[in-house]
Amino acid sequence: MINVRHLIKRFDGNAVLDGIDLSIEQGEIIVVIGPSGTGKSTLLRCLNFLEKPDEGHITIGDLSVDAAHARRDEILALRRRTAFVFQNYALFANKTALENIAEGLIVVNRWPKKIAHSRAHEILTSIGLADKADAYPASLSGGQQQRVGIGRAMAAQADVILFDEPTSSLDPEWVEEVLALMKQLATERQTMLVVTHEMSFAQDVADRVIFMEGGRIVEQGPPSQLFQAPEDPRTRDFLRKVLVNQPINPLG
Amino acid sequence: MNILNIDYMVGLVPILLRYLPLTLAMAFAGMVLALALASALAVIRVLRIPGLNGATLLFISFFRGTPLLVQLFLFYYGLPQVLAFLTQINGVTATIMGLTLHFAAYMAESIRAAIIGVDRSQTEAALSIGMTNGQLMRRIVLPQATRVAVPTLMNYFIDMIKATSLAFTLGVTELMGATQKEAAGSFLYFEAFVTVALIYWMIVEGLAWLQRRLETRLNEAYRR
Repeated sequence: MINVRHLIKRFDGNAVLDGIDLSIEQGEIIVVIGPSGTGKSTLLRCLNFLEKPDEGHITIGDLSVDAAHARRDEILALRRRTAFVFQNYALFANKTALENIAEGLIVVNRWPKKIAHSRAHEILTSIGLADKADAYPASLSGGQQQRVGIGRAMAAQADVILFDEPTSSLDPEWVEEVLALMKQLATERQTMLVVTHEMSFAQDVADRVIFMEGGRIVEQGPPSQLFQAPEDPRTRDFLRKVLVNQPINPLG
Repeated sequence: MNILNIDYMVGLVPILLRYLPLTLAMAFAGMVLALALASALAVIRVLRIPGLNGATLLFISFFRGTPLLVQLFLFYYGLPQVLAFLTQINGVTATIMGLTLHFAAYMAESIRAAIIGVDRSQTEAALSIGMTNGQLMRRIVLPQATRVAVPTLMNYFIDMIKATSLAFTLGVTELMGATQKEAAGSFLYFEAFVTVALIYWMIVEGLAWLQRRLETRLNEAYRR
């Protein structure tokens, strides 16, 4: 359903993404892991043109975009088929939780306000925040803000939700509730591409884990294979370092 | 020194207040036009629109770099000598023009600062759900920039109300001009100017009260 071919992004001549090829099936949950600064976030940001890729092709459904010659309407169409969850939540500070979720429906999808609000209420209920509908982001905890951030992404009814380290800014006490919501989405077979350092989430939820380093996909496979029998020495080296601090249940 | 002539001052108030509408009209007209111009200049600077950016910088540099009184004399006495169509310009128009251009130069910079002060990640969030640049400016960035800009813009508005008194040097009988005429008739200069000072002061205090209420409303979303 989603097909990325030979995606390249350079910053000041350095290839941060060095020819990424990636296919994602509908309903697939993919977790991207790897050392910091290896282009994981850049990959997500290039998929919806928050960063403009220098080369490559991105196909989602029947929409195919040549990155080097992307037109404005193509970029807009691509963004409407993807949704993004930000590390720092990035909620609209001047809008309530309900309005944050309804905003895209009203402005982008041109839904009548009343219908958009009732849909936003449904989403708030499903993320367990129905009582916070009228709360502004400043009065919500980090975990609640990120759940609203996910709710905003759910409202977009995108083909894929891109999660950019969704729990990395959270105090430890709020991490679980956000992961639980992501697991809930996974059981509903929402297509997800997740950059995270939460190895146990990858182990439990992912259909496929991708290990990236130096702007390339080094190795990928089901979590059982990648975690228990990594083939590439770079993957083994990375996993040895992170799994010391974050043991995962080998029986998964 | 004579004792302050309170009766004269009290009697003067209703006479002077007849000129208050003109003073306020010039200030409001100047403020609305300056806000529009300043917003345009700020957007040009934020988006660095080629060609216009340089012209904007020159405009801001000149109108911030020269005294308002000089600019008013330039528009009223100077320009009509070289631009024939301006010979019909009256003092009120010249004042509004001067206030607009002068204060727009200042306000453009505070509006620009308020726009770039809005968290960049919210812009990305708006783009990520498929908003256009216009939509994200209108719905997300400008409402938040307004909140940041209101205190400084109100400051400029207060300054502008008082600056309308310079219209008196162009022969406009507004609040200040009327006071001058009354004082010249009564020779009670001290009383007359204390009275007009108090009137300006009351107007500004009223505005400050409005500003506090406005800020409370705009801050609603940010209380923890």
